[in-house]
Amino acid sequence: MLKLKNLAWLALLLPGIVQAQVSEFELENGLKLIVKEDHRAPVVVSQVWYKVGSSYEYNGITGISHVLEHMMFKGTENLEPNEFSQIIARNGGEQNAFTGRDYTAYFQKLHKDRLEVSFKHEADRMRNLVIEPAELLKERDVVAEERRMRTEDNPQSLLREHFNAAAFMSSPYHHPIIGWMSDIQHYEAEDLKAWYQMWYAPNNATVVVAGDVEPKAVLDLAKKYFGPLEPETVAELKPRVEVPQKGLREIKVKAPAELPYLMMGWKVPTVTTITEDNSWEPYALEVLAGVLDGGNSARFARELVREQQVATSVGAGNSLFSRLKDLFLVAGTPANGKSVDDLQAAVREQIERLKQTPVTAEELDRVKAQVVAETVYEKDSVFYQAMQIGMLETIGLDWMVGEQYVDNIKAVTAEQVQAVARKYFVDDSLTIAELVPLPLDGRRPVSNAGDAHVR
Amino acid sequence: MFARAFVFVFTLLSAGLSWAGPEIQHWTTDNNARVYYVPAPELPMVDISVVFDAGAARDGDMPGTAKMTAAMIDEGTETMTADDIASAFANVGAKFGASSERDMAVFSLRTLTEEQAFEQALDTYTKVLSAPAFPQDAFGRIQQTLLTGLQAENQSPQAIATRAFYESLYNQHPYSVMPAGNADSVQKLKPADLKAFYDRYYVSSNAVVVIVGAVERKQAEQIAKQLTSGLTTGQPAEKLPEVPALNQAQQINKSFPSTQTTIVMGQTGMSRDDPDYFPLYVGNHILGGSGLVSQLSDELREKRGLTYGVYSYFRPMQQKGPYQFALQTRNEKAQEALTVLQDTLKKFITNGPTEAELTAAKQNITGGFALRVDSNSKIADYLAMIGFYDLPLDYLDNFNDKVNAVTLADVKQAFERRVNADTMLTVLVGGETETK
Repeated sequence: MLKLKNLAWLALLLPGIVQAQVSEFELENGLKLIVKEDHRAPVVVSQVWYKVGSSYEYNGITGISHVLEHMMFKGTENLEPNEFSQIIARNGGEQNAFTGRDYTAYFQKLHKDRLEVSFKHEADRMRNLVIEPAELLKERDVVAEERRMRTEDNPQSLLREHFNAAAFMSSPYHHPIIGWMSDIQHYEAEDLKAWYQMWYAPNNATVVVAGDVEPKAVLDLAKKYFGPLEPETVAELKPRVEVPQKGLREIKVKAPAELPYLMMGWKVPTVTTITEDNSWEPYALEVLAGVLDGGNSARFARELVREQQVATSVGAGNSLFSRLKDLFLVAGTPANGKSVDDLQAAVREQIERLKQTPVTAEELDRVKAQVVAETVYEKDSVFYQAMQIGMLETIGLDWMVGEQYVDNIKAVTAEQVQAVARKYFVDDSLTIAELVPLPLDGRRPVSNAGDAHVR
Repeated sequence: MFARAFVFVFTLLSAGLSWAGPEIQHWTTDNNARVYYVPAPELPMVDISVVFDAGAARDGDMPGTAKMTAAMIDEGTETMTADDIASAFANVGAKFGASSERDMAVFSLRTLTEEQAFEQALDTYTKVLSAPAFPQDAFGRIQQTLLTGLQAENQSPQAIATRAFYESLYNQHPYSVMPAGNADSVQKLKPADLKAFYDRYYVSSNAVVVIVGAVERKQAEQIAKQLTSGLTTGQPAEKLPEVPALNQAQQINKSFPSTQTTIVMGQTGMSRDDPDYFPLYVGNHILGGSGLVSQLSDELREKRGLTYGVYSYFRPMQQKGPYQFALQTRNEKAQEALTVLQDTLKKFITNGPTEAELTAAKQNITGGFALRVDSNSKIADYLAMIGFYDLPLDYLDNFNDKVNAVTLADVKQAFERRVNADTMLTVLVGGETETK
């Protein structure tokens, strides 16, 4: 079998690929426009990103960013409910939206000639949304159904929700993106109007366009449609810093299920929160995640799944790009005949080894090769390229941080991986959650999901 | 690693295709493998797939055989262990994937075309496909993994509903088998069963090779040759038996401790070469195949707030795949939602779409053609479909014309002839559903 001794070949590959054409503009009203050219196919992706998401919310209105995202399809001063969707459909487009902890984004995928349709109506709903109380009542029901489907009836999602609420006390990452059921069932039109007024404005938005377009033409279109919009006074966010954790937290969640599940999370810095002196640390954690779980040859698959057979599946993930301090996560399902405790012990042994022994050169090379390859593969998706730019800008970083990702990963040493393992994988900042299966005996569980009679 | 969490407004249900599409080159290797190739020189990467007619429809009386054979393919060859194989791909940043559904078993490789990386990845891919050893120790582990997967199904109302739906819809037909098999048969399987399955179906006469990426025609020929050279020539798989239609309505209720009831309704639909393909496809796009703007979404979500998402789709397969409707709603609304679903379907069969609806659907489908073939991976998926189901090479080129040719009368007649609201199979899985 061939083995690559070093990464010299990767250096030859990179120039020319990563230097895709990106243009950046700012309109007078503060709207940011970023255009990434990709001329492989006659298509365009248009995304509007707002700096608002569940981490901007507080108790009592959790999930309001998400329900507002739903209401953005329910009509403006110029359009009937659902009419925007129909217009995009008639133009051969696809559209959707998503809400995260740190952002809310709307997008259309269209033939390159139809970008104007997107801009016209995105600009309209940026300032002219109409929130009809009757429409909101229906949409509360829809979102409640969404929550039942995603969380209430999904034992692993339920565990994850409780896990986040235990790991974060004062940080808004405490509550779920979709919101608590009781909050979902009590939004009023006035709540939504106030939230919309506060955050939906050109000076709180980034428009990202990627595809077979010409930047100057996109800028002209943006000036035409977004240019006339009035900016808003956008309130400065309170820091809402997570209080320091003072010891190991362990929770159990009981739910009807067949399989147990384990989640472990350590508090870690992100690229956004790290001090300049330690700016390498989030990248070292990223490499560490790759050593544990970068595909089928990584330590988790090789040792926990194949060798020790203690897990059916187990994953690790670092949170590189979050607005606030976040978690390094490990989660998995014990193998048949093994317990959650067995799996936890095996994970802890892996963490201990990372602290004691530097990772091998071969492992480092493998992780770096995967990262380099992935940056090529990502270019196959116009949507993904736009997504990365929008996400970075919206959490307060420059899109260029994405372009520097490979270099930052390549600079990580085995000693740095060991150093972050020692610094951050300590029990005092660890939260552990265990899913305890209850029998699936066919009876409906006592629901703490809130009263079902909404109206 | 974990994907970041998002909450979508609705799930993307992209249906169908269509632009004067990529120019497909096609040839047959010396040992009868059919090759489909599209050059894509822009990015220094290539996507390769080998597709065998070796899905669960070939399981016979041992459900799970096809899936387990596919899952075991990279667990060891005569000269490499599972660890060796995993490292050989990962060390050059290559990605290998194996999957198995009812019709197809698909093995895919995505790699850089840089010479050293490419050679190592292709070499490993070739060995994995042509010399799997089905080692005993890995066998026991994969068996346990499949059994755990079956347990996971039991905690998902959607999975329970889907299994019940297929079993009743297809009854004795090979499509009744879930690719995941069942605990009984998975426990009984032996490495020799997989080896026999592999020997019969993983042969070049039963294979389609797809290549999309930055390789020249000559290189593509070489790739196809190398990939299939280790396979025996063998015979194509036998044609599957035809699917008998349901002739009476049936409802299955299953109790489950969930806050929602999952409703799956449907009947047998169409095959890939079905003469009614376009009228049925365009008609369904209007009824339930176009996300938030479909009739079903309008009735159930927009007007009544009964569900987060409702959809219907034809799943064309070698023989008739299902025509399926699905939604979830809170338990106390299950009956109301089912009634609205049935009424909307009946009305559509009786009245057909309006002229405006048909025009809008055609604009959506044909106008979105470029989006459906705007990446190497999407093109590769279409090539696999065209190759596997033996569709004409100009299938994509003619797609928009065929959509545009569909008339109101075509849709109405096709639905009247082919979709019968009175003989639907309906499965309800949920908290307050009593077993009748």
